[in-house]
Order: sequence, then C-alpha cells, then structure tokens
Amino acid sequence: MSLSRYIVKRILVSIPVLIGVTMVSFGLVQLIPGDPIEFILQFTNVSPEAEQRLYAKYNLDEPLWKQYLLWLQDVIVLDFGESIISGRDVAYEISTRLDHTIALGLFSWLIGLGVGIPTGIIAAVKRGTITDEVSRIAALLGIATPNFWLGLMLILVLSVNLGIFRAIPPDAPLFSVAKLKFLILPSVTIGTASASLIMRLVRSSMLQELNKEYVRMARAKGLSERTVIFKHVLRNSMIAVVTVAAIQIAFIINGSVVIEQVFSWPGLGRLLVRSISQRDFPIIQAGVLMTGVAIVIANLLADIVYSWLDPRIRY
Amino acid sequence: MALLEVNDLVTQFYTEDGTVRAVDGVSYQIDRGEKFGIVGESGAGKSVTSLSVMGLIESPGEIVDGEILFKGENLLEKSPEEMRRIRGNEIAMVFQDAETALNPVYTVGEQIAEGIRTHKDVSDEEAKEQAIEMLAKVGIPDPAERYSDYPHQFSGGMQQRAVIAIALSCDPDLLICDEPTTALDVTIEAQILELLDELASDFDTAIQLITHDLGVVAEICNRVMVMYAGKAVEKAPVEELYYEPKHPYSVGLMGSIPRIGDRRDRLETIPGTMPDLVEVPPGCSFHPRCPYAEEVCSRKEPQLVDTETGEASNPNDDGEHAAACLAYTGDLEDELSYQVEVLTEETYE
Amino acid sequence: MRQKQRDTTTQRGRIRITGFDAERVRNRNPISDWSETESDGGTSRMEYAWRRFKSNRLAMLSVGVMALMTVVAVFARPISVDVAGMSLTVQPFALTPYGPGEMFVGSPNAAPSVEHLMGTDWSGRDLFSRVLVGTRYSLSIGLIATVLALFVGIPLGSIAGYFGGWIDEAIMRLVDVLYAFPFLVLAIGIIAALGQGFWNLILALTITGWISYARLIRGEVLSVKENEYVLAAKALGATDRSIIFRHVIPNAMAPVIVQATLSIGTVVLSAAALGFLGLGLTPGTPEWGTMLSSTRDTIAQGYWWVSVFPGLAIVVFVLAINLMGDGINDALDPQGDTATKQRMQ
Repeated sequence: MSLSRYIVKRILVSIPVLIGVTMVSFGLVQLIPGDPIEFILQFTNVSPEAEQRLYAKYNLDEPLWKQYLLWLQDVIVLDFGESIISGRDVAYEISTRLDHTIALGLFSWLIGLGVGIPTGIIAAVKRGTITDEVSRIAALLGIATPNFWLGLMLILVLSVNLGIFRAIPPDAPLFSVAKLKFLILPSVTIGTASASLIMRLVRSSMLQELNKEYVRMARAKGLSERTVIFKHVLRNSMIAVVTVAAIQIAFIINGSVVIEQVFSWPGLGRLLVRSISQRDFPIIQAGVLMTGVAIVIANLLADIVYSWLDPRIRY
Repeated sequence: MALLEVNDLVTQFYTEDGTVRAVDGVSYQIDRGEKFGIVGESGAGKSVTSLSVMGLIESPGEIVDGEILFKGENLLEKSPEEMRRIRGNEIAMVFQDAETALNPVYTVGEQIAEGIRTHKDVSDEEAKEQAIEMLAKVGIPDPAERYSDYPHQFSGGMQQRAVIAIALSCDPDLLICDEPTTALDVTIEAQILELLDELASDFDTAIQLITHDLGVVAEICNRVMVMYAGKAVEKAPVEELYYEPKHPYSVGLMGSIPRIGDRRDRLETIPGTMPDLVEVPPGCSFHPRCPYAEEVCSRKEPQLVDTETGEASNPNDDGEHAAACLAYTGDLEDELSYQVEVLTEETYE
Repeated sequence: MRQKQRDTTTQRGRIRITGFDAERVRNRNPISDWSETESDGGTSRMEYAWRRFKSNRLAMLSVGVMALMTVVAVFARPISVDVAGMSLTVQPFALTPYGPGEMFVGSPNAAPSVEHLMGTDWSGRDLFSRVLVGTRYSLSIGLIATVLALFVGIPLGSIAGYFGGWIDEAIMRLVDVLYAFPFLVLAIGIIAALGQGFWNLILALTITGWISYARLIRGEVLSVKENEYVLAAKALGATDRSIIFRHVIPNAMAPVIVQATLSIGTVVLSAAALGFLGLGLTPGTPEWGTMLSSTRDTIAQGYWWVSVFPGLAIVVFVLAINLMGDGINDALDPQGDTATKQRMQ
C-alpha cells in the first residue's frame, strides 16, 4: 500500500468516529432529565424571544433522529446557536478565546515534548545510574502533583513571595512581550505533568528497543554508540513517541481547562467552566464537539506521521 | 600463530537469583580460514562465548577472567574505541534471527552500506556500490533494486542472506555465526549453509559456528567443541567426534539424533535437563544426567584431558581429541559402555 | 602438531549409538544431594512476583503509606450506620480533634500551631481534621470509580476481542469515540446535564475510565485466544462463556491489575480537578480538590497553609498509589530479568 492510499484509508476510518463524536455531543442534551430547555431556563432569566429561538434551535418536537440531523446540518457550517447568557453567537464567543487556548496549549506541548523526550533518552541510555533514578522520581512526582495545585504553588512562590511573575494576565494583546512572559507559568504548570508522562514513555520504549537484536547487530557492525542510539534506537522509539504526542493533546486540553481557571487566562476552558454554572448549554455543546473533533484530527495526523516513520505500515 | 586464541575465559552474569557463570574457564583456538563449531544445548554458554569475543557483553554481564587473543593481541585490553574498529571489520557476526537483527525502519542496502562507511574510507556512492555487490554475492536477485527494500519485504532466507552480506561486507578474518539457520526452513537452511561455506572459502574467512545441531557442524566444520553448563566437555576434529565421541554428553547428543532407517524402537535421549547455571551440580556438572556416573563424579571435577594420554589438554594442538570426563583420568571404576556403529548402506537396508 | 590418522573413519556413513542407557539414570539412587527442582526453587509465578515486590523498597514504602492512609480514612471520624431509625456506631474512634465541618473551632485563617497543626480556613475550620477526613473521599472515589470501570471495561473488552467481527467493530468504535474527548471536557458535559454530586462524579469517571481497560483486555484476549490450551478447551466443547471466564481472563489479568492500580491515581487527580473547578462534590465537602477550589485568593492574602496541605495530601496519595502500581508492574513483568536470560541464550 502506498503512503497516499494508507492516508485515504485512515481518513475513511476516522469518519465513523467523527460521526460518533457529533452524536455524543448532541446526546449530552438528551441526558438532561425532562425538558432540557425548561431545565436550562430554571437557572437563568432569558427573554421570551431568546427562549423561542432556543426551542427553534433544538427542534424538540421532531423525532430524535431528525433533531440530530437538523442539529448536524447547522453544526457543519459552525452554527452552534446563541449563548443563553450573552445572546451572542457561540461561534463568536469561541473564536475570541480560541487563540488564547491554542497559545497556552502549544507552549505547554512544546515544554512537554522539549523536556520529556531528551530526559527520557538520557534516562534510558544511563539506566540504573543516579541520573536515571533522579529523573524517574522527578517524573513520578510530576505525575502525582495536581496541576492546579502546582499552579497555585508557583503563584505562591514566584508571584506572591518573589514577585517575579504576575498572578493575573496583563491587559495586553496576546502576542505582546508582557502577555507571553505571563504565559510561562501556566505553560510550565501544564507542561510538567506532560513532560513527566512523555519522559516515562520515551524511557520505557527506548529500553524496549535497546534490548532488541538489531541494536546488538548495529554494535556488532562496529558503529559508534552514538550512531547506535541516535540513528537506530531513536528512530524506532519515536514511533511510540508520536502516538503519545497526539494523546498529549487531550491531556493538555484537560490541563488548560483547569489552569486557565488558576491563572485567569481568558481561553476556552474558562468559558466552558463558566458556562456550566450558568447552564449555557449551546456553548458547552460546542466546546465538547470542538475538542472531540480536534483530537480525532490530531490522532489522524499522528497515524500519518507514524506510517512515515515505520515502513512496515506503509507497505 | 592462531587467528583467535581464547584462554580460560570466564564470563558472569549477575541476576537476582545469584551469579551465573555462563562461560566457565573455556579455552579454544581457531586458525586462519578454519571452521570451528561450538555445540551445545541452549544456555550452555555458546552465545555468551561469542559475544565475549565480540566485546558485546553488556551489564549485568562481565568478563571476569581469561584472555582473548586475536592476531596475538588481547582484545580484553583494548579500549572501547579500538574494539569498535575491530567489530564488523576484522571480526563480524551473523545473528540467529535475521528478522529481528535487521532494523525494520532502514532499508536493507543502507544497513549494509553503513557498515562499509564505518570501516572503509569510501564515499557514500562507493559504499552503495559495494553494498549492491555484496547483495549480489550472497545471491539476492536484482541487487540494485533490492538495495532500497525494507527488511520486511525480504523473505526469511533473503533476510539471513542480507545479514551475511552485512557481516562479510568488510572482509573480516573471523566470522562468528550464532545459530545462523535455526530460524529457517530446512531447505533454506541447506542453501544458507552452503552459501556460508562457499563465501568463507572465497573470502578466506575463519568461521566460529555456534549451533545446537550436530548435523550443521558435520556439514561445515573442521573442528568442534561441545559445551555443557558453561564448560567445554569435548574438543575434537569433527570426524572424530562423530565416529568416536568420548564424553558421555556428546554420546547422548549423537544418540538423540533421529535417523531415517534407524530400526530401534525409540530414540535414546539424555534424561533430565541442563542445570540452571546459578546452582551447578558439584563435581562433574553432567553427573545427574549421566548413565555412567559414579559416586566420585559428584566429588571430583573432571578436567579437559587428551583422551589418549590422560594428560591436560593442549589448546594449541589442533588434532587432539580431548574430553572432560573422569573416565580418561582413571578415576572411574567401570568403563563407558557404549558402542558406535557405522551403518553402511547394507547394514540399514 | 600431531596429525592423527583418520582413515579408520573415513568411510562416511550413518552411525548408531548403543548402550547409552537413560533408564539407568532414572532408576538409580541420586549420586549427590543436588536435584533439579531445588535449583529453580519450585516457586510459582505469584510467589516469585511477591518476592520481587518485597525487594523493591520504594514499593514497600508506598504500601505502608497506603495502609496508613486507609487506617486514617477509617478512623478519622466515628462511623455510624442508620438501622431502622437507630443510629448504630460501627467505629467509635476519632483521630481528628474536630469535626471536618465544625466552624470557628479556632480563629479564621489562623496559621499552623500546636492547636491547629495545619491552621484553619476562612470559617475557622480545623484544616488538619479536614485533610484527614478527605482521605475517605479520595480513597472511596478512587476505588469505586476504578472498580466500576473494570466491571464495564473487562466484559466489553473481552467480548470484543473474543468474538471479533461486527461486535468488535461496534465496541471499539465506541471506545474510539469516547477516547476522542478529554476527560474534563466530557465530565463537564455530563455534570452540566446531570448536576453535581458524588454519584454523578463517579458516573463521569466511570464513563471515561472503562475504555482503557476495554482496549487493554481486548488486546490481551486477542493474543491469548490463539493459545493452544484455549483451542484445546474449545475442541473439548467448552462454551464461549466458560472459555472467556476460565481461560482468557485469568491470563490477561496481570496487565489489568497494573493498569487499575495506576488509574486509581489518575481518578483521584481527575476528581480533585473537578472539585477544584467547583464541579465535583458540593462546596464545603472536605474533599481535597474541593477544599482547594476557592483558595486562589487566600494565597495572595498570605494564607498559604490553606492551599498547601490539601495539595500535599493529594501528592502523597497519588505518588504512593503510583509507586505501588510501578512496583506491581516490575514484579509481574520482570523485564530486566527476561532480558538477561535472552542475552544468555
């Protein structure tokens, strides 16, 4: 199978998953006991017109499958309806916050990979040494520490006590020095656990590869240890890393939902959490759907990179 | 001077259950162009012996005693960098399972060429040409095209040919073959053995062939050493081992080969299994399984002796037939009561 | 060099060995005390794993910590059960000096002192008591959510792996779909729909938790399924159900146990995160995450103890459970050991 045929096949496989994702997002409303809109309106005061639009949006008098299809039809063109609270378009509400979340996520992701991969390699190559043991314990601590608490502690030490960083984002455009500097703490907070997970995975997959016969063969050829590790072992362990790098995206979205709260970062996570207490269901639904779709796409991309790294899948 | 001279090699592994002497005082030598077989069950220490020669014993293993003289120089005193320059260049290795020995993510050609580039002062283009030439030599059709194939696109036999091509690419003086045909079908096994035999003669390369299969040894080797529980128990020119095995273990091994035309009711096999090397039986480590064992065998450890004179074996004597059994030092009361019959065409017809 | 005459044996032919009598070895009395069984100790796989686990000091320490935390969870406050209108005290001891909800047992936001080891919070509640009682929530949420996830994941995964075909397709696509949602986002969706509370929290954790077991056990089943003993059981007419329960699942258990231990840690972290966001248990519950939910402002005011101690409790709990999981993993799959053996052959 050629690479392009593999990609086409892989895309076809993700279509049912995407459909499933839309069904779950749609189904959340059905979980609400009784008449969902009545339930939502219990918590908020909405103008009668808005209530009308809400009923029109969900087509509650139609059979379930038709409700779903009508909803899907709107969603495909990014029409998620209106926020119950602000009355603004959900797509607009999301788009004004998306850049903040993406910036935070990207920073955290880079920290996770940038720290996790090299330490994992070093730990595996130096297995059984002090370096290995220290990084193992650091990783265990990184995984065991709740990210929101780490964030609070960083604020306590670096902002409140030492005054190096701000605790609240400055009122500046996203791509300004002040705001990017502020972004360091939240990114480190999310990146810590992510780096710990990646480090452990890289270490164990490297160790697994190091035990394989081709490594001994490479040494038997007289290749330098450097070539053995960086050319032979690393390429094979990277296959596992690609998968985990994609899984990290879900992990980082999780992280940003919480950490945006800790650092008052005006992103999607904060919008979602706020929407819960206000029962702003259209926003929650759109948020759930968008993250689901984003992750399906990330996994798809990971699989494509994977097949490029591992010729056994391509052919 | 012999090409390779291994003297009293001791290699240990440190496991959770205790220290394992995988190789325990083994000595042998291989001359230039000679084909030397090492036979034994798995775990007898054959592979560890080879890896010791290659300098590829990894933690938790360690060579604790002995010397390995290659062209008169002790490899154990070489720096890692010097060893690296010898590996793949002067001493090369053919691995047991070609499928796992080849790196799945690089092309077969690249894996041959990289060895050539490491040891020879050649351009990338020249290395590629030489690699293609090697592929042709080991009998891969369309070598220029197959150069850019990945290992999984090769059949098992072709993968083993590729591994042989890698090993021979720098024209080594010694080729260590670790069970080179175990993973293959019988028909392909024969082809690969023939190829090894031929190429070794062409390149004037000495072979150290490790196998558990006496038939393979008979086909290729000049001399053979039988290992049991980390020790050499018999060392002899191959014909002598076949027709006059001296150590009860070798006798047992020979007796357990099934043969067409054999009219015996059942095969005689060696009872029991080889001991765990953490706790080796006292005295002769084979005594719990030996039909001829006497009480003395559990007390006295037999040394490798010339079976004719009963004197300590001389590793430099290539014609010697040596065995490590108390029967040859006069310590046993009874004889080793077995017979070897040569069945001519008529006998088993 | 001596050149031996070989012409006596130059006549190539088959050879036959006679007189090598294995029966003699089987029938005679052993010559020495040495015996084969002694050397491999005759230990079962579980005993061997236990021995390895015991020699892992960090893992043993973590078991100690978990045992201590369990004791704390049980004895933090008295436990009483209501039976037919009567309140029956099952466990009368109280390790904590104050009730977790008792307000103004000290002045508000008092720093740690002998009186209040971890200080007090904004309403004068004793943090030491609250942190100790919090062990109950984390332990019970972790255990219940993990067990429920196992009860969903193992049957579904086994069925998918064992029967294959469209059943497998359907279950695995469902797994893929749920896998596409980050835990917190899905939990937010579920809690937005159902409201907060202990069982809704458990439900959210279970819905997102079972998929990893299903994937794991399916993979194991696929590899175990083709084993000879399973084929043999099938040939002997065993039913599918009995094959799954008697042959496949016991063999696939080891990785599941490891995964389950490790995921208790994840579950506790997730529950704490939801608690922190104010979406877990009702506000005021002495659950560690919930206790941290409104402490961001108190940090700026200098009341560091309010956020430090509950967080430390989470770290210790999760670290201990993860170390235990790692220890179990190393004990059940002694990779280093097999690697050594491979190298020796």
